[in-house]
Amino acid sequence: MFGHKHFLGLENFPREDIQKIIDTAFEFKEVLNRPIKKVPSLQGVTIVNLFFENSTRTRISFELAQKRLSADTVNFSASTSSLKKGESFKDTAQNIEAMKIDAVVMRHPAPGSSKHLTEFIDAKVVNAGDGTHEHPTQAILDMMSIQEKFGKIKDLNVAIIGDINHSRVARSNMYGLISMGANVTVCGPANLIPENISDLGVKVNYNIDEVIEWADAVNILRIQRERMGIGLVPSNREYRRLFGVTSERINRRKKELVIMHPGPMNRGVEIDSQVADSDQAIILDQVLNGVASRMSILYLLLGVKEENTNEG
Amino acid sequence: MKVDKLDSKVLLKNATIVDPLKESKSKADILLVEGKIAEIGKVRDLDVITTVDCSGLILTHGFCDLHVHFRDPGNGDKETLESGSMSALAGGFTRVCTMPNTQPTVDNPESINYIIEKSKPLPIHIHPIGSVTKGQQGVELSEMGLMHQAGAVAFSDDGLPIQNGLVMRKALEYSKMFGVPIINHAEDECLRADGLMNEGKVSTRLGLVGNPSIAESIMVFRDLKLAELTGAKLHIPHVSTADSVKYINEMKNAYDKITAEVTPHHLFYNDKHLEDYNTNLKVAPPIRDSLSREALIKGIKNGTIDCIATDHAPHTEEEKNNQDPAENKTITNKNKDQNTEIAAVMKADNSSSIDPEEEKIRRKAMAMILSISKANNPLTNKQSASIFNLNEQKQKDRKKGKREMQSYNQRNDKDINVFFQRFQKRRYQSANYSGKHDDYTSYIQNFQANSSR
Repeated sequence: MFGHKHFLGLENFPREDIQKIIDTAFEFKEVLNRPIKKVPSLQGVTIVNLFFENSTRTRISFELAQKRLSADTVNFSASTSSLKKGESFKDTAQNIEAMKIDAVVMRHPAPGSSKHLTEFIDAKVVNAGDGTHEHPTQAILDMMSIQEKFGKIKDLNVAIIGDINHSRVARSNMYGLISMGANVTVCGPANLIPENISDLGVKVNYNIDEVIEWADAVNILRIQRERMGIGLVPSNREYRRLFGVTSERINRRKKELVIMHPGPMNRGVEIDSQVADSDQAIILDQVLNGVASRMSILYLLLGVKEENTNEG
Repeated sequence: MKVDKLDSKVLLKNATIVDPLKESKSKADILLVEGKIAEIGKVRDLDVITTVDCSGLILTHGFCDLHVHFRDPGNGDKETLESGSMSALAGGFTRVCTMPNTQPTVDNPESINYIIEKSKPLPIHIHPIGSVTKGQQGVELSEMGLMHQAGAVAFSDDGLPIQNGLVMRKALEYSKMFGVPIINHAEDECLRADGLMNEGKVSTRLGLVGNPSIAESIMVFRDLKLAELTGAKLHIPHVSTADSVKYINEMKNAYDKITAEVTPHHLFYNDKHLEDYNTNLKVAPPIRDSLSREALIKGIKNGTIDCIATDHAPHTEEEKNNQDPAENKTITNKNKDQNTEIAAVMKADNSSSIDPEEEKIRRKAMAMILSISKANNPLTNKQSASIFNLNEQKQKDRKKGKREMQSYNQRNDKDINVFFQRFQKRRYQSANYSGKHDDYTSYIQNFQANSSR
């Protein structure tokens, strides 16, 4: 049973359903390691990838997941679309749906856009990132990677480091990890962490050394270049000094620390090359787990035929 | 535009007549002869052509709305003086003050004349507000004197807050000559930045850029101090934050030429109502949290807030229905409508989440709308300026409520001086306010150069 019509975010998403997605993802990961990496689960199902914002890995990851499940896929990116001709978001979405499709995977720069999409169309919607709101499939793959490494998520100490305010990855990870029973601390420049973030159930610590000492795993966010120079982050070198996960910091720690990064990385800013390429980093495992996680989500939404599905 | 003509004799039966000035409520019939009230009481007239059963309905005199946008001239697709008047009338408003953010801006006497002439045949009284600065640019003062002579009842750059403190000061000083208030949409644009909704728990959860309360209250504070300094009249529109209420209350104890309004939507909603990205509730200033809402209600109760005004600001159906999140900056509130104001204020009475105490406040709030229009009836253009004056009764109410507000303030007390020092410091750190200006001209030039508008 998977009682969700859409997959929009992890806020208030039940723990057992997150676990089910992760468990199913591990089954699909096994498929990905076979010589023939394809199953017929979504044969005859048509999925449109609507990308209103640039993306490399998320779009490829979704497309691969769809192809591995034998779904038919259509790709759409804002730069080649009628949006350039002034068509509204609503009309674009409804026109695409009129061609009989089963699901839409959407990335859009506006928070809440995937929820709005569910109001316009009947197809199932998967949120591939809505502005600075949520990026739930990324959080699923992050949690899957943590579980793969530690065998559990509950009671682990997980730190999220970087621009928390503008990060959809951070939001989805916080919701998901807390729901799964992990202890979460966010760390980053104080002007990039909302004052009320602790209401979500996370701790705030501006001291990267303390955080690294405390954590079992750190999820390092990309520090976006567009945040520089508008009174938020003074410079790359200052950011690296104050919040960079540097090899000195990692070496100072006795125990192993699991290093994650959703990519793309700014090597030498938020993460040192030596750290990114070290054995402690599971960054490339995350990428493969991303395909498995997305297969799992699409399969649970589209592959399992049920009489009663609730909105979700 | 056609308004249906009444029959020569109409009887309104069993109405609940509310008279806010006498603070009375009674059941009676009203007989209208040729559209005028001929008799109130138990009416027996056999010649009556039309009888309207008003059982369970409130009958009172026309409301006055101090803050509407009728989009005329220039944006007839959104609203015109005609359509706005019908909308107002449908909500029981017989007088409105129109904001000058039209195309072009009402910043000259000709535009004031245009509105006055065009509204002569309309069924309600329309009192135009002129802009403070030319083109609402916040730089050069508009022809306030000529506009006042032509019939402007107040001055406002509504929608575009006057960022430059010197311009605001000069405008206040200048307006003193005419005895009409300046109405400044208080919002520090630097602090507001790209804020889309109230900054708080909800904005953090939704991932939307927040517009902090302090962006408003800091400028309310500035405007209050400037009004006191200059001795001018200041009216603060659509107050939305607890701190603004607090500063207004404190200033009213020291200086009596301050008035303030609040909108029905700020009284009725809090930011939790935006949890589903309800773009219909995207308004400026934003719907705040429940604590702010409580402070606004308290402010009405103790007289800090003088009236409710709708900020009726229509947009086209396409704009309203366009839920394209990428374009939702253009969307404003469907509920910002005079048709629904009283409904919104009254609806709270029936809502289980509203306690009886609040019901009283709402009744009082309504009474205030009423008293403002009644107090100025009949109205000439000159007298209409006194719409913004406090009347005696409200002064008394306010004194009654003062003690209560003091204890409220004590609970919420922040040291106002420390706050102001911080505010000044921040001001000078900000790029637009780079500190020294040898003379007014260079200051203005500097401001123009730095202005992002």
